[in-house]
Amino acid sequence: MASRGAGITRPWSPVPTYKPAIELRGVTKRFVSPAGKSFTALRDLNFAVGAGEFCAIVGPTGCGKSTTLSLISGLEPPSSGEVVVFGEPVRGVGKQVGYMFQRDAVFPWKNVLDNVAVGPGFRGASGADANARAREWIARVGLSGFERYYPHQLSGGMRKRVALAQTLINGPRILLMDEPFSALDVQTRVLMENELLQLWSTTGASVVFVTHDLEEAIALADRVIVITAGPGTVKSTYSVDLPRPRNVAEIRFQPRFVELYEEIWKDLRDEVMVSYERTKRAVAS
Amino acid sequence: MSAPSVLSRADVAAPVAAQPDTQDFDAERARRRQRRQLLVLFLRVALAVVVIGTWEAGTRIGCYGNDTGTCVIDKFFFGQPSGIWDQVVTWVQKGTAQGPLWEQIVVTLEETILGFAIGVVLGMVFGVALGRNRLLSDVAGPYIKALNAMPRVVLGSIFTIMLGLEMPSKVALAVVLVFFVVFFNAFQGVREVDRDLIANARVLGATPGQLQRHVILPSALSWILASLHTSFGFALVGAIVGEYLGARKGVGLMIATAQGTFNANGVFAAMLILAVLAIVAEAFITRLENALIRWRPNAITDISI
Repeated sequence: MASRGAGITRPWSPVPTYKPAIELRGVTKRFVSPAGKSFTALRDLNFAVGAGEFCAIVGPTGCGKSTTLSLISGLEPPSSGEVVVFGEPVRGVGKQVGYMFQRDAVFPWKNVLDNVAVGPGFRGASGADANARAREWIARVGLSGFERYYPHQLSGGMRKRVALAQTLINGPRILLMDEPFSALDVQTRVLMENELLQLWSTTGASVVFVTHDLEEAIALADRVIVITAGPGTVKSTYSVDLPRPRNVAEIRFQPRFVELYEEIWKDLRDEVMVSYERTKRAVAS
Repeated sequence: MSAPSVLSRADVAAPVAAQPDTQDFDAERARRRQRRQLLVLFLRVALAVVVIGTWEAGTRIGCYGNDTGTCVIDKFFFGQPSGIWDQVVTWVQKGTAQGPLWEQIVVTLEETILGFAIGVVLGMVFGVALGRNRLLSDVAGPYIKALNAMPRVVLGSIFTIMLGLEMPSKVALAVVLVFFVVFFNAFQGVREVDRDLIANARVLGATPGQLQRHVILPSALSWILASLHTSFGFALVGAIVGEYLGARKGVGLMIATAQGTFNANGVFAAMLILAVLAIVAEAFITRLENALIRWRPNAITDISI
């Protein structure tokens, strides 16, 4: 694992030496606000994620991290440039993709079983088959016995487990995660991060994990991409040469982790300051 | 068959057993709650007794001979509780001027329920359609606002002319009154659907039809159900006003007849019957609502006013 890229501070080369699962080529995304003003969220974004690679994207608030995920998922088209998944340009929502949202996106009117079974159901599985697979995944995320509960009866961590099972049951080869654990308390969060790593190691999916928490990014990922303050573009890329399997709770104490943290933080800090100054000005005006 | 649980369940909630030292506390609280419920019940009955008693007493105090105009309250114009009750008993035992009482109630209920059902279905269909289609809502928006601003009860006269004295004219008025309430709620409900839920369903593989059935309708349903309480009342108003304007049967006609014969007690007695109908219907709708949205935390069950 540690062999990927020896010089960790060297900006990652856009020419991958392995076959990429996801490629963004010169991607720009503009939005038009209801007032008719256009706003550039991403500008000339280039990066690639290898098959089975866990890639974290960090950046200041409002740098277009979430937008990147909606482009890869096909929920939104890029304004210019190209998003390529497994060699095919993305047109609409792809079948290979799983997406975990920042806010709870489990369906409040479905119980745990129906929430998990909904994906196979949408994709044409019979009710019995979908339910059997759902029960298996509910067991895998440790929620057996809660099949008949509704989301509002569960804790925040349990709802995240439901969302995880709901996403993974479709067997996505690409897993997009938008700060999925940011709403959880610190202990539950570490627990969920470890469980994500365990589940991921059995699937071989490529992961793009968006977060503003650098510790989380380094603890989980093979590679950390720093995005500039909006309009977002790649500022630098770092390989995380920490051995797997990892324990997220303890990896933070390793000297290598601290070293990496300092290196990447120097880059990230500048962008955070830019973003902060901008917010201050926007509030003042 | 079941997969091994690789995950710990540390954050999974377990029911907390009652601790012995909280039992006294719980018992004391239960006693207090019971006392309070009794107090509320007593005050409710007392309020009714005072209001109705004052009314009744007013119609019997200060009267000279048979001239009701000299009493504190003139029962000829303002009615009298015991007289209202007598009127109800007479209707039950001897029937009304236009036939047995139950027949009038059945006719009115039939019109109400028919108008309610048609209005709800139309309101939902149009509300969801316009809520989902921005072009359609932009085009139709001003017309719907204009129609909604009209005092629609006046349409009752037109319906009576167009559709005659039988049931259709009453049902039509009820439909018109119900439609807008349900329409606006369905429209808003569809607009308020969480965008993340829609995105999630799309990524999970939902077709547009599945999106509609699994996400948009359930989400809008709590809004639509909330409108049913109000709209059933409107349906009843539509049926009664329709009958009042011209009919051969129904509670609304009983009111019109009582008014025509200066029978104040008759009007109040018909109102009493309508109130009972409305309360029964309200209870029924609340049960329907709770059955349909079991998933919602704190479904509105304790708001009794």
